[in-house]
Amino acid sequence: MGQSDRGRVAVDGLIRHFGSVRAVDGVSLAAESGEFLALLGPSGSGKSTILMCIAGFETPDAGRVTVGDRDVTAIPPQRRELGMVFQRYTLFPHMSVLDNIAFPLKMRGVARAEREARAREALATVRLTEYGARMPAQLSGGQQQRVALARAIVYRPPVLLMDEPLSALDKALREEMQLEIKHLQRELGVTVVFVTHDQTEALTMADRIAVLDHGRLCQVGTPRDLYEAPQDPFVARFIGETNMLDGRALGDAASGGRIGVRLPGDVVVEATAMAPLARDAAVVIAVRPERLRAGGDGPVKGRMKEAIYAGVATTYVLEMPGGATVRLRSATGANAFDLADGGTVSLAWSPEDARAFPAAP
Amino acid sequence: MTAGRFVLHAAAWAVVVFLMVPTLVVVPMSFGPAEHLQFPPNGFTLRWYGDYFADPDWMSATWFSVRAGIIAAVGATVVGTMTALALVRGRVIGRRILDLLIVGPIVVPHIALAVALFLVFDRLRLNGTLVGFAIAHTVLAAPFAIFSVLAALYRFDADLEMAALSCGASRLRAFWHVTLPLILPGVLSGAMFAFIISFDEAVISFFISDIDGKSLPRKLFEDIDYNLTPVVAAVASLLSVVSIAVLVGGHVVGRITARRRAG
Amino acid sequence: MNAITSARHLSATATAALLTPFLALLAIAFLLPLGVLLYESLFVPAPTVQHYAKVFDDPVYVRVLWRTLRISAIVTVATLVLAYPLALVMTRSRGAVLALLVACVLLPLWTSVLVRTYAWTVILQRNGIVNQLLQELGWTSGPVRLLYTEGAVALAMAHVLLPFMVLPIWAALRNIPDDYARAAAMLGASPLRIFVEIVWPLSRPGVASGCLMVFLLSMGFFVTPALIGGPQQMMMATLVSQQVRELLNWPFAGALVGCLLVVTLGLVLAFNRTLGLDRFVGSR
Repeated sequence: MGQSDRGRVAVDGLIRHFGSVRAVDGVSLAAESGEFLALLGPSGSGKSTILMCIAGFETPDAGRVTVGDRDVTAIPPQRRELGMVFQRYTLFPHMSVLDNIAFPLKMRGVARAEREARAREALATVRLTEYGARMPAQLSGGQQQRVALARAIVYRPPVLLMDEPLSALDKALREEMQLEIKHLQRELGVTVVFVTHDQTEALTMADRIAVLDHGRLCQVGTPRDLYEAPQDPFVARFIGETNMLDGRALGDAASGGRIGVRLPGDVVVEATAMAPLARDAAVVIAVRPERLRAGGDGPVKGRMKEAIYAGVATTYVLEMPGGATVRLRSATGANAFDLADGGTVSLAWSPEDARAFPAAP
Repeated sequence: MTAGRFVLHAAAWAVVVFLMVPTLVVVPMSFGPAEHLQFPPNGFTLRWYGDYFADPDWMSATWFSVRAGIIAAVGATVVGTMTALALVRGRVIGRRILDLLIVGPIVVPHIALAVALFLVFDRLRLNGTLVGFAIAHTVLAAPFAIFSVLAALYRFDADLEMAALSCGASRLRAFWHVTLPLILPGVLSGAMFAFIISFDEAVISFFISDIDGKSLPRKLFEDIDYNLTPVVAAVASLLSVVSIAVLVGGHVVGRITARRRAG
Repeated sequence: MNAITSARHLSATATAALLTPFLALLAIAFLLPLGVLLYESLFVPAPTVQHYAKVFDDPVYVRVLWRTLRISAIVTVATLVLAYPLALVMTRSRGAVLALLVACVLLPLWTSVLVRTYAWTVILQRNGIVNQLLQELGWTSGPVRLLYTEGAVALAMAHVLLPFMVLPIWAALRNIPDDYARAAAMLGASPLRIFVEIVWPLSRPGVASGCLMVFLLSMGFFVTPALIGGPQQMMMATLVSQQVRELLNWPFAGALVGCLLVVTLGLVLAFNRTLGLDRFVGSR
């Protein structure tokens, strides 16, 4: 194995039950060395359980966990050589900041002098050089989380696990820390597996995002892939904002093929099939609000209900003939139409921007 | 203040007086010079305290109780901490039965345990021995130590143990470096409770003592019954002071630990 | 949380190892002695229930049994009446006053029962404080016998056991949110109505717990009946002591203990939840 594989983390066919609930249901996933992988999903999606299985705090019912080329499934957490940052700061309240950071080195039998030097170095990395002698209770939340980060990286683990580490911080601090963690990760070249329920956080920080729902992996990809090409209606809904329109397939189509769909109100539109679809199958079409165009003389009519002005962009809420509402977003001032409530406008989109998924049974 | 509230508060303070006064009456009487107890005392003397410290019987009973108390406190605290850890972190089969067993020594009348131990210790030749007292008092005090450590463990953030493991600590070292220092106030207060329980324990001591090996409460018991001298009042006063000192000491230790942590 | 395979929990082996010292201690110094004593009561000299029958047949012992029940009931009611107002005032106090009240309840609890009982012998003896006072006031011409009366035993026991009643009632009262009383007052309830309709019903678990504890402790109480009641006011515990120490009648003492254990176990099992025993360790 090359040095470059040391930081690879993989789970393979992971299954974990809690009673009758399948918290993790057959997930296979890998983070390459030096990659920042976010596990994104709503609560109960299994993202934290996967992280706990990697860390060793949960043992999977089936499946394997590997770090580098080592199968660690049966190895206790303290011997997996992983760094971990928890949701709450989990600093040891009876130890000074420096002692907290030096703790992993002490557990590894590093001599006192070296321990202190390396802890100071880690403290400098998180820009808290002056704070070594303080007790954790004397630090702000953001500072505490930076100390926790220093403690996790001080012994240079190839992999860093983070369990919603920023969720306890307020918004401004959170955004600042997102960039700081990202820069630190690049600098150290460490692999990060990062659990979050905040899609913006995942999009901002991650090289790749794994979207999870009900214990299943929906899609893994770069932020751009997930936003531009969701392979799953859940992903389309969960990442960014999406209009979901129910309809019926007018013909058969292979995955990736063009298909006509009849919407309520007898409106027919074109879309791209994301899975093989049969004639008359119930489908749902996902279209981003900013990919909707207004004006022209298309067959789809929308009645203006509301315009929401949000500075740089304006979102229009329109009612379709069958009663469904859609949102259309455009740069403020870019649209020729400026309709009073109740006015009607034609709506259009490119077929490749409308994705037809089989509707959930 | 309405009439109702006045009556309520008056009643409550009357009860407080009822709670405190009988014990407090003994203290001034122990300083009275008369050969028999008098209230109010008509003078001041430390003679009875001197008599206590000069009497080899009182002294040997006192040291016997101190030693038994220390052994029981250490024993009950170690056993209690282990048990509390098992209850909070372990997988316990038959939890309901275990819970009942834990409260057993508290709810079973002491007279029952006292005569039962007397009977068994008689066959094992443990009556009047330090070992016998230590065993009996450890059983009596262990539940209190368990409760005290349990309370501390419930307040303790279990994620800190996980953090220690993720730092590479073994379970044992995580306990030693992280869990134990943080639950120490609970462990120490458990130890103090255990010491006081042993040191003040009268019923089991009454039965399992013999001529050579007797605890301070047993000696006090005899003298109250047969030999009402002011020395007894002096010993009773000292015993109260020791209990209160240990209790207040435990409280102060807890406060100091909490303050140091807050920085 | 499924505990079976999570590293947050100890393995079954580790758990068993941690529990072993306590269970061993309990087996040797608790279960075994009580078992041996009960064996004596049922199988010596031969398998028999005659020792138990004697407890309920012999008028001497029936009288002791009744006295024990009577005194226990009196003590329970007396401590309840004394404890409730104090607990109520504790709930409404803050700061230094509260600290003083709590100290006044906890300090006696952790002072030797023997010392507190001794105080009563000093107060109640022939030339004790009460008799001095009575004579100085001219209410009695000579000393009145106060020790070795049922009233004296009940009085001293009520004093000794009072903290066991105050603490659970206080705990229950403390858990009633102030908002309930405020809401009731806003709706026009008088303080008395608030107490009857809200405070008392919500404090009943604490009252039940305190009554059970005091009754249980009274039934088996030894020190106070021994020193204040003497042979004249014999209760169950002092009778057991007499049988063991003076008559060496182990089987009968075992039967008496057996009866006490049945009452204890029955009440504890029936009211396991209400008891909330950990409350007595100390209140934070």
